[in-house]
Amino acid sequence: MRRHIDFYLATMRMSILEQIQYSVANYFYMIGMITEPVIYLVVWTTIAKQQGGMAGGYTVGAFAAYYIIWTLVRNMNIVLTPYAWEWRIREGRLSMELMRPINPIHNDVAFFAGWKFVVILLWLPLAAILSWIFKPAFEIRLMEVIVFFLAIWGAYLIRTMLLTLLGMISFWTTRVSAIFELYFGLELILSGRLVPMTIMPAWVQNLSNYLPFKWTFFFPIEALVGSMTDLQLWSGIGMQALWIVSGILILNLIWGPAIRRYSAVGG
Amino acid sequence: MNSIKLALTYLRIGVLNEMQYRVNFFIQLLQSFISVATGLIGLSLVFGQVDTLAGWSRPELLAVMGVHLLMGGVIRSVIQPNMERLMDDVRNGTLDFALTKPADAQTLVSVREFRFWQLVDVIVGGVVIGFAFFQLKESLGFLQLLGFLAALIMGGIMLYCVWLMVTTISFWVIRVQDISNLFEGLYAAGRWPVGIYPDWLRTGLTFLVPVAFAVTIPAEALTNRLTSASLLFAFGMTLVFIVLSRGLWRLGLSNYSGASS
Repeated sequence: MRRHIDFYLATMRMSILEQIQYSVANYFYMIGMITEPVIYLVVWTTIAKQQGGMAGGYTVGAFAAYYIIWTLVRNMNIVLTPYAWEWRIREGRLSMELMRPINPIHNDVAFFAGWKFVVILLWLPLAAILSWIFKPAFEIRLMEVIVFFLAIWGAYLIRTMLLTLLGMISFWTTRVSAIFELYFGLELILSGRLVPMTIMPAWVQNLSNYLPFKWTFFFPIEALVGSMTDLQLWSGIGMQALWIVSGILILNLIWGPAIRRYSAVGG
Repeated sequence: MNSIKLALTYLRIGVLNEMQYRVNFFIQLLQSFISVATGLIGLSLVFGQVDTLAGWSRPELLAVMGVHLLMGGVIRSVIQPNMERLMDDVRNGTLDFALTKPADAQTLVSVREFRFWQLVDVIVGGVVIGFAFFQLKESLGFLQLLGFLAALIMGGIMLYCVWLMVTTISFWVIRVQDISNLFEGLYAAGRWPVGIYPDWLRTGLTFLVPVAFAVTIPAEALTNRLTSASLLFAFGMTLVFIVLSRGLWRLGLSNYSGASS
């Protein structure tokens, strides 16, 4: 345990130092990503205004708040892409990583976790500019802020588990991009990335309750922007914990068989 | 004349190359279907709330989506691959190989790559447009079709010019990959008519990244919104973009110092 904590702290520190050097490149990347929520926001603001200031229970200000917090949650949702697993396996890079005395997944998790600190720091001025332009309406309680800060890290861990599992499909087949793209399409609809889940038809909302996607996107945003009771907030964190634990269990279960399949296609 | 022959030769090589990987066709097809499906879901969510969005009806917005998909296919099959190769060449110093060939350098760097299977998006986009028309229950007049094609071609040329200008920056600044990310993000804004965006954004989408010309104006031609004034304006802007990008390219080239190693 001690060994793992030391490893995580060291890797995170390294990744923070590394990413700060590339802050301009990081910024370009983040600005590129901001167009997506701005598009959604403009569309839904137009609709809300056409209907006299409200659509699907959201006011113009509430939409602005939703999609501005969206930008941070989206950044927290960025983890090692499954395409990196494909590359790692295809090129035989994994062989090198397997030589280390610690599971390579720990390195991925720690590296991206460190990067997040830089991302949050860079996000603050962006959020200020977006707020100045779009005038979000917030009504925030202390408990919401606390849960939000836990929830974005929960979101990070859930999505890490999901995409790691997805990437590990590459152990069995090398034609994975179709599966990945299908996954991203489903996630877009069922996570709250496209629109707040409350705008979706009832059956989609129902379905999303039983899937992990919503807990990585809609829940963290809604924790801060919406008006949930303390019980709802903490049961959301509970759901996140449940998904993280299930993810770790499944990962442990298939890691053995997966690694036995591995034979470095290239390299 | 020589440039056309050159482009056609590279086109043939590109097609032959891609024909070796036929499974990619189905993967591309699946990806196109996913983007159509998510687009349709988006539309149905919007029209679950309202009947028109900023004056555009559902089939009309479907036409916008079709044009966006079609133009996206053009970008990804011809423009983006060439420009990305150019960026790599400048960084690695391998642009020397292109510059020493006895052809116009700009033409050469613009035709070397061709991703044949990406054209699936062009076809799927065309089908979506056709379907939108079917729902509009209108027939396409000859002049309308002509206006649409003209707007489409001019929009494509403008997008190419902007990509070239952005890529040319790599002669001075090496890390431009992130700029192409930014470009992709902005192009996504063309999914909706640019009229819905706030002024500052609409100006950017018209003059900086000409999404307005590439997607909205062709879609306007299809839905009987296009005035000859805006078509003429598009023509003028195309000329401006061509001259600007050619000028910047020459300036960049004179700044290129060859192999880095």
